[in-house]
Amino acid sequence: MLFTSYGFIAFLALVFLAYYLVPKRWQWGLLLAASYAFYCFAGWECLIFILVTTLSAYGIARAMGYAAAKEEAYLALHREEMEKDARKKYRAAEKKKRFRILLAGLVLNFGVLAVLKYTGFVVFNLNSWFSFGENGLAIPDLLLPMGISFYTFQTMGYLIDVYRGKTTVEKNPARLALFVSFFPQLVQGPISRHSDLASQLYTPHSFDRRGFTFGVQRILWGYFKKLVIADRVLIAMRTLLDEPEQYRGAYVALLILLYSIQIYADFTGGIDITIGVAEALGIRLTENFERPFSSRSTKEYWRRWHITMGTWFTDYVFYPVSVCKPMMKLSKWSRKTLGNNVGKRVPVYLATVLTWFLTGLWHGAGWNFIVWGLLNCLVILISQELEPIYARFHGRFPRLTSSWGYGKFMAIRTFLLMGLIRSLDCYRDVGTTFRLWGSMVTTWNWGELGEGIFSLGLNAVDFLIVLGGCGVVAIVSSLSAKRSVRERLYDRPVLSWTLCGVLFLTILLLGAYGIGYDASQFIYNQF
Amino acid sequence: MKKRILIAVCALLAMAILLGLLQALLMPKYRTNPEGALIGEYYAESGGHDVIFVGDCEVYESFIPAVLWKEYGISSYVRGSAQQLVWQSYYLLEETFRYEKPRAVVFNVLSLKYGTPQSEAFNRMTLDGMKWSTSKVSAILASMTEEESFVEYVFPLLRFHSRITSLTADDFRYAFSAPAVSLCGYLMQTGVKPMSEELASLEGPRLSDYTLPKTAMDYLEKMRVLCEENGCELILVKSPTNSWGYWWYDQWEEQIVEYAANHGLTYYNLIPLCEEIGIDWSKDTYDEGVHLNVYGAEKTSRYFGKLLTEQHGILDRRNESALASRWTERVTAYETQKKIMEEGNER
Repeated sequence: MLFTSYGFIAFLALVFLAYYLVPKRWQWGLLLAASYAFYCFAGWECLIFILVTTLSAYGIARAMGYAAAKEEAYLALHREEMEKDARKKYRAAEKKKRFRILLAGLVLNFGVLAVLKYTGFVVFNLNSWFSFGENGLAIPDLLLPMGISFYTFQTMGYLIDVYRGKTTVEKNPARLALFVSFFPQLVQGPISRHSDLASQLYTPHSFDRRGFTFGVQRILWGYFKKLVIADRVLIAMRTLLDEPEQYRGAYVALLILLYSIQIYADFTGGIDITIGVAEALGIRLTENFERPFSSRSTKEYWRRWHITMGTWFTDYVFYPVSVCKPMMKLSKWSRKTLGNNVGKRVPVYLATVLTWFLTGLWHGAGWNFIVWGLLNCLVILISQELEPIYARFHGRFPRLTSSWGYGKFMAIRTFLLMGLIRSLDCYRDVGTTFRLWGSMVTTWNWGELGEGIFSLGLNAVDFLIVLGGCGVVAIVSSLSAKRSVRERLYDRPVLSWTLCGVLFLTILLLGAYGIGYDASQFIYNQF
Repeated sequence: MKKRILIAVCALLAMAILLGLLQALLMPKYRTNPEGALIGEYYAESGGHDVIFVGDCEVYESFIPAVLWKEYGISSYVRGSAQQLVWQSYYLLEETFRYEKPRAVVFNVLSLKYGTPQSEAFNRMTLDGMKWSTSKVSAILASMTEEESFVEYVFPLLRFHSRITSLTADDFRYAFSAPAVSLCGYLMQTGVKPMSEELASLEGPRLSDYTLPKTAMDYLEKMRVLCEENGCELILVKSPTNSWGYWWYDQWEEQIVEYAANHGLTYYNLIPLCEEIGIDWSKDTYDEGVHLNVYGAEKTSRYFGKLLTEQHGILDRRNESALASRWTERVTAYETQKKIMEEGNER
């Protein structure tokens, strides 16, 4: 069920109504039923995968919890007779046991994800590397359950947190099932932490007019971004990508700009709907964006864009890899061999490269995603290396570097750089992408763009709508930097209702939905 | 709190009114493609008809109620629309029986070739004009293509919202009411585009299966039962077209003949009777023989009126003064429009 379908809106209305009408102790059960009903719309056969994840996570977490409790009980019982060293040794041995249990859970769940998502990619590459030709392995057409990347990561985050003792073990499998499958965030995140979300899901919620109004307003805002901006831009994007080699030079630059607008409006719009739905149910989800296009550097951009994915990779990949035993050994060796200055960078760089490789891979089974991840990594590492030069420059020109114009220049530079790398998403082929990047220099056809821009499926009115929409988003985003627009308007009901009405009418009249427009999934659904 | 509730109620009310106005503005007015306005025009004229014609474009281009009245005193109405599918004809008929009890229903059989929903645009032309009733709901559910959704029929604004950027003066002028484009369901065409030799000799493409779709035949059967229940005779007809081979297949003909014989219905295939009717394909068509123009339709109506009177006992009601005065107006309107359009063609 697409968020942009009439069915979803009807489903949402029913869930809201039922949620506040049923006795409070049934609310979480209702959410679980609604989440599974929502999931079933994607196909009954997908249920088995989310059930495997839920049940395995439940069993693994309980086993780890049981092992930890046993360890504590043993230590309490033998406190007096055990030496400090013996206790330490015992703890280390028990931790190792728990790690093995955790590992089993990670291997099983990431294994399922890997098989379903990456088998085709691996087989395709094997066939082409070994030139199997007609005798090549058949590329299996495997089912990719809706939201598998998101719910697997969220659930594995829970297991790791249980292992680390950062969250409690969920003893009720149905409650864990709700944490795994909570429907608003199932298809495109945000990737929540058990310690943040679980208690909110199970706590009874009374109807709170303010929270509900804010939620609905946020949902409307999400639909505005998705339907008025993203899906309208999509029409031109489809033309540009239908035969990419036809649209070279200036058109590539146009594509980079349009795709930046599209993915921002699409993904943040989807997250607005998700967070808005949860908010209307009295549940606060973690924010996933913080005005990313105002970032002055790539590093900052990644702290503001898809925040929950970034922190997931930082907490569960980058840090553990950086401090794991082999990396420590490598660090020692590299410092000794390459000198302290270079040697200390080796483990950090390796962990960074691995993290970005996996981030790319998470986005999709394709070389373009891997190259996308590694290019982001490269830019971040180069920026890191150039930091002393930047610092010197800032020290020398403090007035310039603290000026408004310089800030905007940095933001635009980051926007363009990220847009360029992001276009790997669009062309889906590394060679084509590099070739078309090159064409921006070799094919000088900016003059064509004046007329050509209107042959992409959008007319002048469409472009005006997109431009106006972007303007509104930019203003709201800027106003929200200090305090959310919803809060500012809450004490002015007439203005608030008027603006909501205008927003609703704008979506209704200018939204690219229904027959004549090809209803599109949210871009991040496919990841 | 009370103030907030009051503001919310006022806002919702204002929004509802605004949405109503917007919907009226954005609905297509079908002035340049008048086929979409035909179905909705029935309600102003309903009642007092002895013959109701149902079917697709062939029916509203071949039978002229004004001629049937003028020549034979037959009070009739055409409930046809572009590519009107058989189940749409059935539900339109079901609805018609709620407004009046005709003595005969004439169904044009061409649409029996379709067993599945065909096109959203044609669906809209038929269904949007219908008043809300269980018949309309059933017609929508039976007609929707995969891309369509029921809610867009309930709130057509959701379907036609994108017209906001291409509104014309007509949309404002005819937002709430528009003059009729048809004359008792007949859509007049006065242009002449003779049939080309090439078209006349065209053979229809070979089909893998010539069996008329079961769904279509089932609805024909439902239509027959509906007519029987309402004490009304069902007459099957195939309107004149330039070529039997291209528009109509022998195999389809056999199935209709067999169905009619099995159920005691009368079936007239007018294609082989074109000469007898007097159709001159160099003058009586506006689109190379696919449809008749007003001259061809007048000939067909005269021929068919005779059959209705002589073979089916449809009475001459010209002696009923109230009805006659209504029909006199309609006939005058028909003749005036014909004259205006002919003058327009000459210019």
